[in-house]
Amino acid sequence: MQDLSLHILDLAENSARAGATLLTIELSEHTGQNRLRLQMTDNGAGMGRETLAKAADPFFTTKPGKTMGLGLPLLKEAALQAGGFFSLRGEAGRGLAVTGEFQLDHLDRPPLGDLAETIAVFRLSYPEIRLVLYRLRGEKSYSFDSGPPISGGPGKQDRFAEVLKAREWIRQQEEQLMGG
Amino acid sequence: MKSLAELAAAREKYKPTIAMRHDNANAAKIVVGMGTCGIAAGARPVYMKFVELVNEKQLSDVIVVMSGCAGKCPLEPIVEVALPGTEKVTYVRVTPEMAEKIVEGHIIGGKPVAEYAEATAK
Repeated sequence: MQDLSLHILDLAENSARAGATLLTIELSEHTGQNRLRLQMTDNGAGMGRETLAKAADPFFTTKPGKTMGLGLPLLKEAALQAGGFFSLRGEAGRGLAVTGEFQLDHLDRPPLGDLAETIAVFRLSYPEIRLVLYRLRGEKSYSFDSGPPISGGPGKQDRFAEVLKAREWIRQQEEQLMGG
Repeated sequence: MKSLAELAAAREKYKPTIAMRHDNANAAKIVVGMGTCGIAAGARPVYMKFVELVNEKQLSDVIVVMSGCAGKCPLEPIVEVALPGTEKVTYVRVTPEMAEKIVEGHIIGGKPVAEYAEATAK
């Protein structure tokens, strides 16, 4: 994965597949402590203890007919390589929290990438899932809440304009966060 | 089908198709492979390109959705296009530029872009 926004999209799809109706993404750059923290929490099917222990193993998957699953292992690798850590918390039937922490100024820390695009793509494909984004950088922050699920089914073209507008809004917020 | 969980998974998997059937049987469907492999290979900008084009050209009755890994990871980004009442065409190693030609030629023009299709692409 080239950047964190792609990791986020990949793991958000896991939440969707786990039947989540709410997904919270927290992405904080604590400039004072030189840490970057990504936490994704959902209310999906979660994982039992045994699955939890194996989920970050690339050769483990719960999908029938598959032999590997690379989403979580890739984030784990990226975090460990950049002086951070990775953790999975959850219970069967009670959602999952994925955390990746990075040393903010580490050479191997992946760039953030296009967060707005990730949110837009996910919103279009999974309009039934409420998405909340908390974003923090130093002293500045903003949040995005998609609001309650919208009807109309996934991928419908009548919603494209609206989602593209949300993408623009998040891009502006990111610019403000990065500036100054 | 071995268990309830698999049944639930199958239901989840086909939900977009079922919803579409109820909504609109005359919609053209664009399915972009967005598993871990697809995303790593650059599927996200391809997906957004399709959305932007459909929005820009005000095409009605086009659905853009994502799907998981199809087990053909080296060919990602993979895009399936199905016009109503026709066989789906699978495009491989799709880029945003190719998306433009696929929308022009296949979605609007009604003719699959043979040079990008899995069956004929190099």
